[in-house]
Amino acid sequence: MAEPEAILERGGSPLGGPTAVADTREQRIFVASQWQLMWWRFRKHKVAVASAVVVASFYLIVLGADFLAYADPNASEAHRSLMPPQRVYWFDGGRLSPHVYGLKGARDPQTFKRVYVADPDRKIPIRFFAEGFEYRLFGLIPTTRHLIGVDGGADATQAVFLLGTDVQGRDLWSRLMYGTRISLTIGLFGVTVSLILGVVLGGFSGFYGGMADTIIQRTIEILRSIPTIPLWMGLAAALPRDWSVLQVYLAITIIISLLGWTELARVVRGRFLAMREEDFVVSARLVGCSQMRTIFVHMVPSFMSHIIAATTLALPAMIISETALSFLGLGLRPPAISWGVLLQQAQNVQTVAISPWLMLPAVPVIIAVMAFNFLGDGLRDAADPYGR
Amino acid sequence: MLAYIGRRAILGIFTVWAISVLAFAIIQLPPGDYVTSYIAQMASMGSVVSDEEAQNLRIQYGLGQPIYVQYFKWMRLIIQGNFGMSMEWRRPVTEVIGERLWLTVIVSVAALILTWVLALPIGIYSAVRQYSVGDYVATFIGFIGLAVPNFLLALVLLYLGFVLFNAHIGGLFSPEFQDAEWSGARAWDLAKHLPIPAVILGLAGTAQQIRIMRANLLDELRKPYVVTARSKGLSEARVILRYPVRVALNPFASTIGYTLPYIVSGSIIVSLVLGLPTVGPLLLKALIAQDMFLAGTIVLLLGVMTVIGTLISDIVLVLIDPRIRLEET
Repeated sequence: MAEPEAILERGGSPLGGPTAVADTREQRIFVASQWQLMWWRFRKHKVAVASAVVVASFYLIVLGADFLAYADPNASEAHRSLMPPQRVYWFDGGRLSPHVYGLKGARDPQTFKRVYVADPDRKIPIRFFAEGFEYRLFGLIPTTRHLIGVDGGADATQAVFLLGTDVQGRDLWSRLMYGTRISLTIGLFGVTVSLILGVVLGGFSGFYGGMADTIIQRTIEILRSIPTIPLWMGLAAALPRDWSVLQVYLAITIIISLLGWTELARVVRGRFLAMREEDFVVSARLVGCSQMRTIFVHMVPSFMSHIIAATTLALPAMIISETALSFLGLGLRPPAISWGVLLQQAQNVQTVAISPWLMLPAVPVIIAVMAFNFLGDGLRDAADPYGR
Repeated sequence: MLAYIGRRAILGIFTVWAISVLAFAIIQLPPGDYVTSYIAQMASMGSVVSDEEAQNLRIQYGLGQPIYVQYFKWMRLIIQGNFGMSMEWRRPVTEVIGERLWLTVIVSVAALILTWVLALPIGIYSAVRQYSVGDYVATFIGFIGLAVPNFLLALVLLYLGFVLFNAHIGGLFSPEFQDAEWSGARAWDLAKHLPIPAVILGLAGTAQQIRIMRANLLDELRKPYVVTARSKGLSEARVILRYPVRVALNPFASTIGYTLPYIVSGSIIVSLVLGLPTVGPLLLKALIAQDMFLAGTIVLLLGVMTVIGTLISDIVLVLIDPRIRLEET
């Protein structure tokens, strides 16, 4: 996309002078499409742009979780239980050769707790694009290559634990990658279901008004005044224990979106109400457009951007809901891995005091929620034609 | 004004009814009933429940009847003030819940009050001194408050308290007051334990209210009447507090409607992390054991509590904003 500044420079030839510069720039703005204007405004919001990059990287992790993980997330080994994160040494004798020290398990003679001591004699080199467990890249291409790994492929006797291991000796880094995949997609699906409900019901409410509007608005008010967590807990506890991971995943998605559509419906209704009497909508109706055409060809495109912004702002709530439910043990259940499932191990403060790295899955939760909030704010400001 | 409050009250009654249906439906959803989970529990302890005994239990709790009959039975008892028996504890539900409900109310109200006490002055300050260091600090804390889910915040504080001070910061009472009779000393002990849960629960709301207050007040401060007041020589404090703050308070009050359900919701999960003796941990246990009367009663009572709180906030809103009175009459 060409930028107004670039045009500005070309237009600012010695002959044109400053007024011509202003003119060309203004003309650029006059002819720019709605989306171009939004992009220009969005670009000014530096934090939002940075957040967009963060969000994009999160979804790259979603796509390449198996490539970024280096250990099978469900492979547990008792003798590797609760290993602390290993320090990565980048240089070996002045040469770039990243490695970690092997860990020796021992018993603390006083407390009888299992402790791990780094063994400087046993250097484990970290290899890039190494062989590891088998998986399908993007769900299609079978491969065994991973971003990092150790010599020896899947049957290696020594292993790396960048972020330590959990109680069952499973590698936290690899589990975090898979957890990101589930936590972020569940948010995405949840928001999609909410969006459909919100647009249909909100649109209905705003376009037709009257009785339908009253009923839908009162329903929204009632839903909003109910404390959600107890309700979610109730619904989630009702899921049969013998359901498969996929069934539970879908059910949780539906549960969190059932109560999450109200905000989106409110936004859509507000837009419809504001637009119903606009000249272009009235004229569309007068020239004989069908109702469907009026709505989808004339009205929806003009508030699409608002919907996108509202959707982005609804995502963090979805992510938090899933995390909270899984944390309580009512959401996704092992062997499914999500941020909430990972945090379940950090429920007990005594465990956390001994193995603080178990709290690490909280970090991506916080970063993701913040990034989505900033991105949504930026999009909302950019979508507002009357903003600065 | 009365018409407005009446309308809100009717909506409140509808909400309570909807909550009661939802609460009951939820409890009914899981396959099997309390007796199935009771049999499983007994089996895990090594004893066997005979078919006859199971049948007797079902009849005793009215589990065999159609769902709507069970609902009406439940409702009728509730109207009489009888919330049924907790099947797991084998004691009346009211007795099991006991003071836990009031502790939930106390924790939630404390969080709400804290939200207001913090958000009002900080919001005003942020607007009056826009782009000052204090404004940026408030904005930053606000974003943290919004982004960190409260149960994670509770977890982190618990960890820090444990590691730095070697103290358990959870709970609402010191051990010696845990089961003591109510007394001045016990109330004081409770007051000393309240701040941490109140901060954890109130932070997200505070962050949101600061942003709302700041934005509204900024809008008001640019209006001509503020300039007029200032040019007439009113003191700066009077210029700001007398008119623009009062106008800006309106959306501030109207959001209690959703802040309260949010805080109550949060108190459930935060209580589990911090080990607070509220209804939260009880609800989780009841849901897992399918103790339907207990779980249903807790969800219902929490809902009713929230509805009453929202109604009070609506009345407060009418009192501070004359425009609503005019609109409705």
